[in-house]
Amino acid sequence: MRGAAVRTVGAPILLGIVALALWQLAVVALDVKPFVVPSPLAIGTAFGSTPDTILRAALLTGANALVGLLVGTVVGILFAVLAALSRVIDEITAPIVAGLAVVPIVALAPVFYTMFGANAQTARQLIAALAVFIPVFVNTLRGLRQVRPVHRDLMRAYAASPWQATRTVTLPGALPYLFTGFRIASSLAVISALVAEYFGGPIDGIGRAITTAVASSNYALAWAYVLGSILLGLVFYCATLALEILATRHRRRA
Amino acid sequence: MTEVPTTGPVPIGVPAVEVRGVDKTFSSKNGTVTALEGIDLAVAPGEFVSLIGPSGCGKSTLLRLIADLEAPSTGSVTVFGKTARQARIDQEYGIAFQQAGLLPWRTVRANIELPLELHGASRAERTARATELLELVGLSDFGGSYPDQLSGGMQQRVAIARALAERPRLLLMDEPFGALDEMTRERMQTELVRICGETGAAVVFVTHSIPEAVFLSNRVVVMSPRPGRIREVLAVDLGRAADRRDDLREDEHFFANVSAVRELLHGDQGARPAVRGVENR
Repeated sequence: MRGAAVRTVGAPILLGIVALALWQLAVVALDVKPFVVPSPLAIGTAFGSTPDTILRAALLTGANALVGLLVGTVVGILFAVLAALSRVIDEITAPIVAGLAVVPIVALAPVFYTMFGANAQTARQLIAALAVFIPVFVNTLRGLRQVRPVHRDLMRAYAASPWQATRTVTLPGALPYLFTGFRIASSLAVISALVAEYFGGPIDGIGRAITTAVASSNYALAWAYVLGSILLGLVFYCATLALEILATRHRRRA
Repeated sequence: MTEVPTTGPVPIGVPAVEVRGVDKTFSSKNGTVTALEGIDLAVAPGEFVSLIGPSGCGKSTLLRLIADLEAPSTGSVTVFGKTARQARIDQEYGIAFQQAGLLPWRTVRANIELPLELHGASRAERTARATELLELVGLSDFGGSYPDQLSGGMQQRVAIARALAERPRLLLMDEPFGALDEMTRERMQTELVRICGETGAAVVFVTHSIPEAVFLSNRVVVMSPRPGRIREVLAVDLGRAADRRDDLREDEHFFANVSAVRELLHGDQGARPAVRGVENR
């Protein structure tokens, strides 16, 4: 067992080190220019020299993503519950959600900046929330429709009200689906909040830092910020994955 | 019958279940299917009645009609003198299915408390009743476990405890032991006999095992398929159901009753060895 564990953790790490080494070797040996791609060592040095600036930028973007994630999730769950309870609401929301799903949401950024003012973070948070809404809504609604027939019969036998049935059976049963949607949405929230920064708004955040670094030809620093955004995305992903695992630990069929 | 404790006496002459002239048809894309035709059946308070028959004879459908999970196409179903719907709303019966149907995110104890919780029992009441029931089904040590930590037989015992939570005078069971292995199954049957003796509830029990029906029942209702009809009702003369013990399974009378049910099941099909969907074990 321990051997297997070492292999599971060790193999990817080893692969990563080998890849980085080859990258470094290629950049040095082939004399690749930094604007094409800087060496891992240069990126690491840039990252190490300004960790607090990168952290501050990441925290700001992360805060926007988090606000968007929470708002989008709450609204997504709310609409999914309503759609599951009422056929009318379901029929009204279905085309709206389908329409929203094909809108490239980040494309709305310039419009939102005009709407909410270029000094506020609102536009970025709203874009993240919109991006989050769709996977949370779709997954939660699917989960809400997965009620097992035996549980439906049971609730009818107990003469449970629609709300009681939703609270005791439908919602808990939908949780694994909800958390899958939440995990997918968490990555989308970070991406959307970050990419929205490319289109304007306040001059802060990690997306803005990347464009600024590139504009001033500081390529290693730009990549260091990219590294920071990857780490930010990982934090969101791992946190939501942990929540998902926690929420589904007693989910074998019974 | 207002606010009578549910184990209390029932006015004489009011059957636990009365089914009168019931037909049930299902319509689908390929036309209508007659699941039940001309069903008349009465179950007395405290009586154990099994419904047995091959697949497609409508035995589960009949149980679902009594539970008001389906409505009859014609005829009437009453439970303790009320319409099936009113009886369901008044929680006159407890029910258990072939699948235990426990909520996997709730502990065993919380699963048993579920009907009490839905119907507004206080926390203290729920805890006391769940403790009692855990003891009744022999799972006192497992109250804090989750369903996925229990075996199939234990899960089914939790489902039975849940069905008994509100002390119903009528228990509806749809092949509750169908998914269990033979040994667990016999142990569960013995336990069910004991539990019914202790609670005095009437039981309608769907099964396709002949020995199971005979061992448990006061009367066995033999049904035939397409369309589902009652072929014969056989009184089992093995004494009070509550007094039955495991050694009865070796008894001559037991075998005689098993043979009688088997012959009724085969009915006009002569000496064909087995009816499809019926287990002869």
